[in-house]
Amino acid sequence: MLRLEKLTKVYKTGDKALSDVNLEVPKGQVLALIGPSGAGKSTMIRCINRLVEPTSGTVTLDGVEISKLGAGGLRRERRRMGMIFQEYALVERLSVMENVLSGRLGYVGFWRSFLRKFPQSDVDEAFRLLDRVGLVEMADKRADELSGGQRQRVGICRALIQDPSVLLVDEPTASLDPKTSRQIMRLIVELCEERDLAAIVNIHDVALAQMFVSRVVGLEKGTVVFDGAPEELTEDVLTRIYGQEDWSETIQKVEDDDEEDAAK
Amino acid sequence: MSAALDARVGKPWKKPPFIASSALRWTMIIGSVIYLVLAIGSFDVNWARVYRGLDRGWQFFVAFTHPDFVSRAGEIKVGMIESVVMALASTVVGIAVSIPIGLGAARNISVLPIYLVCRAIVAISRALNEIVVAILLVAIFGFGPLAGFLTLSFATIGFLSKLLAEEIEDMDKVQAEAVRATGATWLQRYVFGILPQVIPRLIGLSIYRLDINFRESAVLGIVGAGGIGATLNTSFDRYEFDTAAAILLLIIGTVMVLEYLSGIIRARVQ
Amino acid sequence: MAISTNDGVKVWQRRDRNGQLKLWAMWLVGTAVFMWSWQQISSVTTWAFFWDAPRIAADIGGRAVPPRWSYMDQLWEPLWDTLNIATLGTVMALMMAVPVAFLAARNTTPSAMFIRPIALLIIVSSRSINSLIWALLLVKIIGPGIFAGLIAIAIRSIGFCAKLLYEAIEEIDEAQVEAITATGASRWQVMAYGIVPQVLPAFAGISVFRWDINLRESTVLGLVGAGGIGLQLQGSLNTLAWPQVSLILIIILLAVIVSEWVSAKVRGAII
Ligand SMILES: Nc1ncnc2c1ncn2[C@@H]1O[C@H](COP(=O)(O)OP(=O)(O)OP(=O)(O)O)[C@@H](O)[C@H]1O
Ligand SMILES: [Mg+2]
Repeated sequence: MLRLEKLTKVYKTGDKALSDVNLEVPKGQVLALIGPSGAGKSTMIRCINRLVEPTSGTVTLDGVEISKLGAGGLRRERRRMGMIFQEYALVERLSVMENVLSGRLGYVGFWRSFLRKFPQSDVDEAFRLLDRVGLVEMADKRADELSGGQRQRVGICRALIQDPSVLLVDEPTASLDPKTSRQIMRLIVELCEERDLAAIVNIHDVALAQMFVSRVVGLEKGTVVFDGAPEELTEDVLTRIYGQEDWSETIQKVEDDDEEDAAK
Repeated sequence: MSAALDARVGKPWKKPPFIASSALRWTMIIGSVIYLVLAIGSFDVNWARVYRGLDRGWQFFVAFTHPDFVSRAGEIKVGMIESVVMALASTVVGIAVSIPIGLGAARNISVLPIYLVCRAIVAISRALNEIVVAILLVAIFGFGPLAGFLTLSFATIGFLSKLLAEEIEDMDKVQAEAVRATGATWLQRYVFGILPQVIPRLIGLSIYRLDINFRESAVLGIVGAGGIGATLNTSFDRYEFDTAAAILLLIIGTVMVLEYLSGIIRARVQ
Repeated sequence: MAISTNDGVKVWQRRDRNGQLKLWAMWLVGTAVFMWSWQQISSVTTWAFFWDAPRIAADIGGRAVPPRWSYMDQLWEPLWDTLNIATLGTVMALMMAVPVAFLAARNTTPSAMFIRPIALLIIVSSRSINSLIWALLLVKIIGPGIFAGLIAIAIRSIGFCAKLLYEAIEEIDEAQVEAITATGASRWQVMAYGIVPQVLPAFAGISVFRWDINLRESTVLGLVGAGGIGLQLQGSLNTLAWPQVSLILIIILLAVIVSEWVSAKVRGAII
């Protein structure tokens, strides 16, 4: 269970990216975080694993207060939070396998990792994960030889091999084509189900979010303005989050997609 | 579970080596080790002499805390001015000569005989060390800054012409296309299509070269080609470390100022 | 660029009036500086020598040909020394340049207030002084010989390599570093997995680049007594043995061509 209490972030530049955000994500729940550009979605995700230091408020994961931890404790807790990035953020000059295994860095000592002597169990798990996402053949390729969708799958493996209890996903599909986007979203949701993982998925594509998740949180100017089931996302609500626009297209598309999905 | 997975699970994993062929890899590793052993073995260091030298090294280091600008102020001043003058003049002349040679050495706008001649000039200038050139020019023109000036001009020509030629070759592919499409003549194409693109880069590179020329001018004096190097050499010979320290500080200071200025100018023109 | 109105007609000019003036002023100052520089040089030049130069050049050229090929026997050893000075000097420099670069790069320095300026100072002082001057100094301190040459090359190269390397470190993709940090990796692991792979190509390129330069520079170190083939050059010049000088110059030229070829090959293999 992940809990954010009164989470606030003010950047050095004076931008108040988050103000008093309260949120609770139970185990196994996949939550979509939507909101206009600059609403503070990335900031929120990064405050959870403290890639960005929150200004005030607390983040608690399974009873451990992350925002209070020292450097060593933080590293230990970061192992339980897998992160997936928009631009994949793979280390491009390393092989796919090394990228996946880098998810185990928090568990092995420096020299073992430096010499690439990971425990056999980690290696096996890495191959299993790569097989699960259909990339086992690519294990020894360099990460920059992969396509966007393949890279994102590697990114997912890297996050999952950490054996996390929550996934932090920052716009996983923004650099992908519509079809691949859907495949990646489906993969993330399925994997979360299989492993009973909580996930916060920060996403721009409202239709895509509605298709896959059970809960949607709308963020606007650093505050939560909507929290509910995907069906409750009406034109009114979207206007509240994103501002005045014609939303019928977006919602229409959702229905089409649903039918299409049902037809399969 | 797929067959590919079966093949790999349970087996140790190794990072694929950088050099795939293991024979080649081992040849290279063993070759490097043998070379290192031989090379290090060939150094016959007189450690006792080095040890005695440490004291002198320390004196030199300490000299930086009280550099002596005064005792040889006259020589230092003359030397510094000579260095600066050589750097400035050779940069200007170097640029002036580099432009035609650079144009001639660009494959896409030059004719073959001219191209070959220009490329040969560039190659010779780049292959010959400044000091070697300076020695020859001193033998020919006698001691003094003229030899240094000619050396630096020659080096500048090699440096700038090559970059200029490459710039023009790159430029033509993308930029001049557009101009060519409008049916411009050769001259128009050159003036409107290429020069405006190249000039900012040329200015930046020239300033950078001025910086290099100053640094080089500081050593040419060692072989008698004028500049602060001669004064520095003398002060080392006389073990006047505090004067040497003063000169080195002046060189470092000037280089830093030049680098700073060239940074600003390059940022502004580009 | 500006558009000014002239008798009600818009006239297009590349620069406005002020810009034009500044440009002219710059040309004027530039020309004056150049004229002054030229005058300084010519005032200390004995022009008689200058006019005599073609004759002297022809004379030297005449004596230098043919090169004294038999002298080659005595050049193998200095050539080997020259190669060693360049190679080991580069290796030593790299070993010291790596930590200096990490301390100097804005994104990896442990303290931007104290340690970074020190690292930058090391870089600047090593870079601003030519290796020949370093050699001059070291010959005075630790005595003549190839060891002085080695240290001179190493010291000069630290700044060069560290500067290029720290610029490469500052240009890395931070997202990759963040991704490794987010897995709970330690500081050193982030370095080994997030940063090092990204700067490795730059590192290899810089090493080869500097090795190439060092080989050129170590051919002349002997002029100040720091070992290598320059020593033979100096000796031959002193005795006006022009056929030997021409042979040595040919050898140096060949060495430079070979080193350029090798470094181009290696760079091609890495990148
Ligand atoms: N490193 C930073 N320094 C200063 N301000 C920042 C920084 N990062 C983000 N901000 C500011 O914080 C606010 C929220 O940014 P954030 O990146 O969290 O938005 P977002 O919702 O993820 O937007 P997008 O959908 O475009 O990714 C913005 O106003 C942004 O300008
Ligand atoms: Mg964002």
